[in-house]
Amino acid sequence: MKMEKMKKKRVIVIGGGAAGMQTALRLARRGIEPVIVEKEAELGGKLRGWYVLFPTFTPASEVLNELRRRVHECGIETVLSAQVTGIAPRSVELADGRRIDGDAVVVATGFSLFDASVKEEYGYGIYDNVYTSVDIERMLGEGRVAKADGSRPKRIAFLHCVGSRDEKVCQQHCSRVCCITGVKQAMEMKRLFPDADVFNFYMDIRMFGPGYEEMYREAQQQYNVHFVRGRISEASPMLDGRIQIKAEDTLTGRPLRMSVDMLVLLVGMRANDDNAALAAGAGLRQSPSGFLAARDHFLGSVRSEVEGIYYAGTVTAPKNIGETLNEAAAAADAVAEALGA
Amino acid sequence: MAAINFGYTISRPRAIDLDRNNLRKSDEILREMPELQTCIGCGSCTAVCTAGNLTEFNFRKVHTLVRRGEYQGAYEEMNKCMLCGKCRLVCPRGINTRGVVLLIKRKLGDF
Repeated sequence: MKMEKMKKKRVIVIGGGAAGMQTALRLARRGIEPVIVEKEAELGGKLRGWYVLFPTFTPASEVLNELRRRVHECGIETVLSAQVTGIAPRSVELADGRRIDGDAVVVATGFSLFDASVKEEYGYGIYDNVYTSVDIERMLGEGRVAKADGSRPKRIAFLHCVGSRDEKVCQQHCSRVCCITGVKQAMEMKRLFPDADVFNFYMDIRMFGPGYEEMYREAQQQYNVHFVRGRISEASPMLDGRIQIKAEDTLTGRPLRMSVDMLVLLVGMRANDDNAALAAGAGLRQSPSGFLAARDHFLGSVRSEVEGIYYAGTVTAPKNIGETLNEAAAAADAVAEALGA
Repeated sequence: MAAINFGYTISRPRAIDLDRNNLRKSDEILREMPELQTCIGCGSCTAVCTAGNLTEFNFRKVHTLVRRGEYQGAYEEMNKCMLCGKCRLVCPRGINTRGVVLLIKRKLGDF
């Protein structure tokens, strides 16, 4: 009996991204023993793909390395390259047949990126010089942003809402962070290529976070980024390898066309494909967008409808890094409270 | 007796007056095709519009005016549409845009 009481509670955290690492750290601080189960061969999740973070241009590595360092320092157990195929309130099943037991489960499996090649009308993966925001982030990190032939772009267009708010590809939700990503990358392009003209094609500019609206204004005023209200309807390659785009300039009510050296598609966040199977197996609920649905939006945002299963981060909806880290702390808190730790 | 022409006129107000506009026809149209209310005004339909690239025709503008109770000329405008359907292919809200053209023409033939 005494031994039972002395034994540390063990909580399985599925996903080793920003949400998973932060949840594990907070659990450890509350005297709980977390175990992170990560499908990739290293911790970090989507944060690994970022160069600098909005709205402060903080290097993503600063956040990532610090989280990894703390996880290592706390000696948190991690199971890498492990795909979770089944979730229960006290255990998870792995693809290789292993089972990990615990006292509760936190699902921090995050999101998937929208595959831009699905929107064939933009020619991603078909023509040169069509990129996604993820490609740009990687190129910024590699220190080499250039056209496919290696030359400097003189005209760059960003298109917002690719794979977001689009019934045609079954993604009706707003991915939230693409707007500010578009503004951030537009500014980075102007820093790299001060002579270049940068155009952002948007339908609504959603600057929801602290400092975002200020950054948008800075992009307009200090960086002279042009914002055109209209969705690009199609892109086609020109003989010289540039891209011709068409849109309606809805604020003037006239069709607009232009040629650009680079077209950047701001790809959205979508629900993981295996959410459906995991939800069905564990009795969890999915929202219409495919993300997992929290018990409620206010007092139960980190709780699922199943006792013992909790959520942290973008598994429930698109979020930025700050929100994800805060939510992870809240999830750990809820778990600790429930386990009496 | 003809009115005396003093050489000046009064311009009609340009404002869309939602106190005076009669939205009955607009409501009828939206009842038949509620999806039209989901338009986010992205302009994709107008960007690909074959007619709009050659004439002043602007599908997004016309249906928006109709939804505000501004029916004058809507029928004639919609007559410019060739029903090619490219707008329907690109609409992110999945609106049956050709259906909207036909519906507006049917409902507003006498305006």
